[in-house]
This record gives sequence, structure tokens and C-alpha cells, in this order.
Amino acid sequence: MSTSAKNRIGPTRIVGAPILRKEGVDKLLGRARYVDDIQREGMWPGATVRSTIPRGFIRSIGFDRRINWSEFIVVTAADIPGKNHVQLIHADQPCLADGIVNHRDEAIVLLAHPDKHKLRDAVAAVHIEYEPLPPVFTIEESERQETIVWGSDNLLKSFLLEKGDVESVWAHAAHIVEGEYRTGAQEHLYIENNGVIAEWNEQSGVTVWGSLQCPYYVHKSLLAVFDLPEDKVRVIQTETGGAFGGKEDYPSTLAAHAALLAMKGGHAIKMVYDRMEDLAATTKRHPSRVRHRTAVDKEGKLFAMDIEVDTDGGAYSTLSSTVLSRATLHSPGPYVCPNVRVRSHAWATNTVPYGAFRGFGAPQAIFAIERHMDEIAAAIGIDPIELRRRNFLHDGDTTATEQVMRDPVILDKLLDRALSESDYYAKRALFARENPHSAIKRGMGVSAFFHGSGFTGSGERYLNSLAGLDVTPEGKVRVLVANTEFGQGTNTILAQIAAEAMGLDYNDIIMAPADTSIVPNSGPTVASRTSMVVGRLIERAGRQLVAMLREKAGLDEHFTSEEFFAACERYRAAEGEVVSLCRYEAPPNIFWDDQKYRGEAYPAFAWSVQVAQVAVDTVTYSAEVEDFWSVQEVGRVLNPILAGGQIEGGIAQGIGYALYEKVVWQNGHMANNQMTNYIMPTAEDVPPIHVFFEEIPFQYGAFGAKGIGELPHDGPAPAILNAIRDATGVGFHAIPLLPEDIFMQLATREIVTEAPAL
Amino acid sequence: MSDCHSTIRFCVNGEDRAVQVPPMRRLLDVLREDLHLTGTKEGCGEGECGSCSVRMNGELVNSCLVPVLQAEGAEIQTVEGLAASGALHPLQQAFLECGGAQCGICTPGMLMAATQLLTINPHPNMAEIREGLAGNLCRCTGFKRIFDSVIAAAAVSQDHSTEQAAHAR
Repeated sequence: MSTSAKNRIGPTRIVGAPILRKEGVDKLLGRARYVDDIQREGMWPGATVRSTIPRGFIRSIGFDRRINWSEFIVVTAADIPGKNHVQLIHADQPCLADGIVNHRDEAIVLLAHPDKHKLRDAVAAVHIEYEPLPPVFTIEESERQETIVWGSDNLLKSFLLEKGDVESVWAHAAHIVEGEYRTGAQEHLYIENNGVIAEWNEQSGVTVWGSLQCPYYVHKSLLAVFDLPEDKVRVIQTETGGAFGGKEDYPSTLAAHAALLAMKGGHAIKMVYDRMEDLAATTKRHPSRVRHRTAVDKEGKLFAMDIEVDTDGGAYSTLSSTVLSRATLHSPGPYVCPNVRVRSHAWATNTVPYGAFRGFGAPQAIFAIERHMDEIAAAIGIDPIELRRRNFLHDGDTTATEQVMRDPVILDKLLDRALSESDYYAKRALFARENPHSAIKRGMGVSAFFHGSGFTGSGERYLNSLAGLDVTPEGKVRVLVANTEFGQGTNTILAQIAAEAMGLDYNDIIMAPADTSIVPNSGPTVASRTSMVVGRLIERAGRQLVAMLREKAGLDEHFTSEEFFAACERYRAAEGEVVSLCRYEAPPNIFWDDQKYRGEAYPAFAWSVQVAQVAVDTVTYSAEVEDFWSVQEVGRVLNPILAGGQIEGGIAQGIGYALYEKVVWQNGHMANNQMTNYIMPTAEDVPPIHVFFEEIPFQYGAFGAKGIGELPHDGPAPAILNAIRDATGVGFHAIPLLPEDIFMQLATREIVTEAPAL
Repeated sequence: MSDCHSTIRFCVNGEDRAVQVPPMRRLLDVLREDLHLTGTKEGCGEGECGSCSVRMNGELVNSCLVPVLQAEGAEIQTVEGLAASGALHPLQQAFLECGGAQCGICTPGMLMAATQLLTINPHPNMAEIREGLAGNLCRCTGFKRIFDSVIAAAAVSQDHSTEQAAHAR
């Protein structure tokens, strides 16, 4: 492997190089241990009895007499020693339904038995009688507030973001363009389903091993459910086979279930969902409806943006408030506009709670604004590229929250590169000539967008993360973080940063297990924060460790690995354990007003321009992405293999979001909860993906890094639908866009066009 | 069903094995639970994702769809059999260097599909690679680096065969 010189900035040896994945060999040999690969002595499988109606009172729970229940461990809400809720932002979601269910597939009873066949029969032999209540399934039903299913008004959260005064603008705007855009639920479809193992004993309390993103989220939730002190709950992440946000909050529920069975029955319990249960019962991306009303002046400059963002949050609040916050902040796109108003609402419905998914509200918001930009361009008769160019944010401009762009913004450069790499104008011209003579209509579409790195607003301050390094007696530096590897490269990136910061070799660094009894709380592995925020803590901890060894253990200015570890042993003999911890420090001049929703929404933004080339078959009405280009600025690229992999993987998921992945709801239940009929792009569907980085190191990120993981998922859907508009002349406003949806509009239009005038 | 056991004999990764199991037990479960070969993964249990892919008598199969009685007398290769010599197989090395594995859960099945592809077609073009891997879902990579890995491994084996041809002369 080689990397081009342009991917390296500054004199670093390890950061910026195509270092091989830390745990790669274990994964390739098949010896990496995922949760289902682990056996514990005397372990029983557990199973869940779930609601079969979307909303209603539980009148009785009956146990069929044909089953010998004395062989089983049976747990209901009555067995919960502490609080019956899943601790997250609010405490409205029960761990086990008690008296009422608010969505289909909600957990009511837990069972365990050594024989998994008998367990399956027993699940079917628990008979629950309900008194149904009227359910609500859509944003429209929920916002009417005729049937109240959550709180006093169905409103999980709302925000108001205001800059200038949009109402003063409409009367004298040259153009006003309105549009409504919708996105559907999207399933993470990590290939490893959710799963945990739990054990309980009087002395050590609860121990959980699991496929999860955030050990300390699970830890905090278990403390409440079991009413135990911190040192009596231990959470250990096992190798995790994909997550994408889908293992951010759900493992807190599953871990509690397994631990409750373990406590009641005295056995280790394994609960690993099969695909149907995982799809039916776990979180998905929030469906959304975004309305834009935009005033544009004669020169094509945005004058006012009035935006309404509404999301479907499902039955409980979970992460809906923070997802809505990110959607709100990304909804005006990467553009300058003097008057902006965003009114946003997350509504409760009686479906499985929606949760975190790569992008976290931004893909919904960016789909809307980037489709809308093309609709504005068409309405006022200018080129969509030119419209974007006239309105891009530049250095010194302010966003909708009045955040000043203090770091360089190079959207023009990203756009230029994307256009030239894709040969955009020549292709558009070619397709315009070819399309009239072909049943295959081709088009080109663009999206331009940013993604805020790290927690929103004051979030990182509240997290107050602690991370660091220690040195083992065997002569390895261990990275001490609660941040987890689930494919995105946490292990490799943090080891690279540690090695670079200390002047050691990559092989001198190992990862401490993500075990709450060993590692400090460095915050959740979410929000594109690991490289930028946690990496920075590791960089600082590395420099601090070297300084400490120089001061206390006679380490020279220049040293070999052997000399470094010899100094560590001198330090250990004289001073004790060799540990270096660092706590989060916010970059200077960062201020966020949670009340007015104003200020520095994010410490840094990653930027991207994507181009899709799409072919629409007017015989089959299928749309295919033929080629895809993505240019981005994510600060410094710490590892070109991993960074490229993040972008390509995010784009493939974004293509699925746009054209393939449809959750079919039936009375609040995911009807297509199988891989057979929830379709993601395969090796034959993904187009060539061309990835280009521009690098501007971010002063406060690890070796210049900003966030990268979520960014690529934000742009494909609008770029693809813009390309379909270019190909067919029809603007589609909703995703997923399946052939039947294209058929409905194109065929209707053809009929209208061809019908004789009356 | 679970009480009726049969003795099934087959060869896994070059080693003769015999198991006493219900004959309709899935080959996947026999490999993972009875033989403790947990490299083979379950992703969907219905033959869609390919995570449980193994090679059986020179064919690529989804082991979640194979009742173990069908494996009687079969030659089976799992991911654990790829690096039998101790060194990484050229495909494993290529996946490592090209970034073909991210979360790793699809990787064992993907490696078996790629092994099968290169066995029947040592120098596949891009369309043949896409088709050869179409039964194996990867949610992390967008497949590009998996394709790169297969191309790199094919080039290595070409180097090997050229070398062997030179030695033979």
C-alpha cells in the first residue's frame, strides 16, 4: 500500500500513514470474539415476550399450563429491584412494560431455559390480555393532538432557532419558493445483531459483556435498574460487528433484561437477537418531514429561510431531543442567509422508539435543504451549481446560530474539485443530447453540506471526558478509553495518535479492554467525536506522559522504545503506576446559549460536496447510481485507508437510504423484518465511489483531525434525487424512492402529457 | 427432533470429524457450537447475508441453510482453514492491507466467497468480482476495499504462479 504525499501534512511518522488495523489479523483469522462466540459456565439463553398490539393496557399475563414453568426463569416488571426505566436523557421508557404498552414488540416478560427449543415454545405460551387504546402512527396524527400518547401534548421536544426576521422579508422578496420533503425510517442493518451476556452475584453485582457502543451509558442505566453502587456494575464491550448508532442506546435495555434474568435465576444469561427480533424491536432512523419557505433576491442570494422540521420519535423520548437538535442546526445547510427561522418538533407515535443512526438528524435535514436548493434553482431559472456558489458560507460568515466561521471554509474548492473529477458539465451536456433518444435517462446531481463534529452546543462540556494512557509491566503503553471499536477504526486511530504523540512505534501501543472496571469515562462513541475529541485527550496524555518521564525518570530528549520503557520502570519503582490522564478542555471562544439556541453549535465542521451520476430506466422505472464522487474536508486525515473506508461505507448506506431501504409498517410493526425483504445495496449495486480529501488541520483536534464518520451519509440521497431530476425533469420529494414511486409520477405525467385536451 | 441423534462424519479444514447431533441441525450450529469453530458467523439465518458462508465440496454454501446430514462425507473449509500454514492466506493479507475488513463480522464469509471466486476464476474482472461477492453483505465498507482486496490477492497469486512456472522451467 502506498499513500500519496498530498495525504500527509507535517512531519509525522505514524499519523497520516496507511497503518494497518490494530485488531485486523484477529478479524481475518476468525478469532475475534463477538458476543455470540463467548460461552460462560452454566449459561442459559434468554428470550423476550413482546407486545402484540401498538398501545393498550395489560389486563393479565397468563402462563399456559402445558408448560412446566418451574424449569424456567421468569422475569416481569415486578422483579426489578430499582427503577423500571432505561436511563438516558429522560426516564420515560420502561425496562419492562408494566400495566401499559406503547408500541408493538415492547418487552413485557423475560424467560430463560437451558434448552432454546423449549424456550421458543414457552415464549408462545405466555398469554397477555390487553385492553387496546387508540394508537398514533404518523407525524400528522401526532401533531393533531387529538389522541395523546405521550405527555400532555405528544411533543417529545421542540426548538426555535431565529436569526434576523423572516416575516419582514416576504413582502419584498423577488422569489419565494416552497417545498416539502420527507424521509423514511432506515434500519442500521449491522450484520451482527444486538446481543449481551450477563452474570450476577452478591459480591460483585452485575457484569455484562455485549455488542455495544457506549459502555458507560449501559453502566449508568444498570445502576438505576438494579439500585446498585457504581462499583457493583461492570460493563465490558465485546468485539462489535457494526453499530452505526444502533448500539448506542438499545444495549442499555437488552443488558438490563439479561441481567434481570441472571439475578433471578442465578445463571449466566446470553441474549442474542435473531435478525427478525432485532429488526422488529430495536431502534431505527427517525422519519422526517421538512418544509422550506425561502425568499431569494434578484441575484439569487438567499434572503430568508423559514424551515419547519418535524420528526417521528416513536413511543418514548430516547435520543429524539438531541437528534432533533442536530437536524435543526443542519437544516439551513452550508449557506449564508440573513434571516432564518427553524421551528422543529419531535412527535411521539406508537412505534418502536427511533434512535441514533449515523448522521443523527442531519441526513434528514440535508436531504431537504439540498433537494430544495435544486428546486429553487429551477424555479428562478439559474444553474443549481451557481445558486449554491452564490450562497456558500465563507471564512468570517455567520451561520444561522450566529456562529462565526473562524476556520477556513473551502466549499468553492470542494465544489470545483467535485465538478472536475466527475466531469460534471461535459456529462450533463452529453446526457442532455442522449436522453431524448433513449429509454435510459441519465442525469447528474450535486449536494453540498457540512456536519458538526462532536456533541452539539455545550454537550462536550457536560460530558467532561476523561481519557489517558498507562504502561504495562510487559512494556506496552495502553490506551485507556471507553470509546469502542465497531469497525470505524477507534483502536487504530487512537494507537496511532498515542504513538505519534510519544515518539514510540505503533506496535508499542495496545488498547485496554473497553471495560468500565478498567477504563475511565471518555464519553460515548458517537457524534463523530472519537478522533477529534478523544484523540486530542490521548495526544495530550501522551505528551504529558513523556514530560513526566523526563522530569521524574531521567528520560532523554531523544529516546528509543527500549529507553522509554526503561524510564517507565524507573518511574514505577520510585513513584508507582505509570499513568497519564487528561480531562476535556473546550477550545477557547466557544460559547453556546441553550435557551436562545445561539452561538458555537459545534467546535468544528467537516465539509463535503458529492456528485451522483444516475440512470433512470423509463421501462422498468428503476433508478441506478452509475458513478459517485465525494470530496471532503475533514481536517487532517489520520489514516487514509480508514478514512477512505468511512467515506465509501457511508455513501453506500446513503445510497441505500435513497433508493433501496424501506421499512414497511403494519399497525406499528415492521412488516418486512427480514433481510429477504428489507433490501440494502449489495456488491452488484454499489457504484464506483471516488473519494478525495482536502486537508485543513483543525487546531483543537488530535493532530488536526475533525469528525468524519457521519459526514458521508448526509449527502448521497439529495445528490441522487437531484440527478434523477436532471435526468427526468421530475423533482421527487421523498425517500426511499423505489421504482413504484418513480412509476407513479413518471407514468402519471406521461398520461397527462399524452392525453388529448378536453 | 432434538432427541434423535445421528453420527455425521465429515472433514473440516483437512481434519476428519464425527459429531453426534440431530441430523437436521444446521451446519452453522454444528461448526460453531459442537466444533467450536466460531469464525463462521450468523447474520440473518435465512441465507441472505452470507456471513455463514463456508466451502463444502468445492461449492460456496450458506451454512445456516445446510442441515448437517447433507454434510455427511463432505470436505468443508471454514475461515479457520485459510491460514492453515500459520501465515495469512494471500486474501487475508490483502484484506488487511487494503482495508477490506472493518467491523469484521462479514469478513469470514466474505473471505470464503472470495476464495471460492479465485478458485474457479483466478483473475476475475470487476463484474465477475461483484457477481462473485453478491451473496455476501457488508454494511461497513461499501465494498470498494473488498474489491481492491480481491484484485490484490489475485495479483499475488498470479505472481506465485509465474514464479512457479519459472521454477518449473
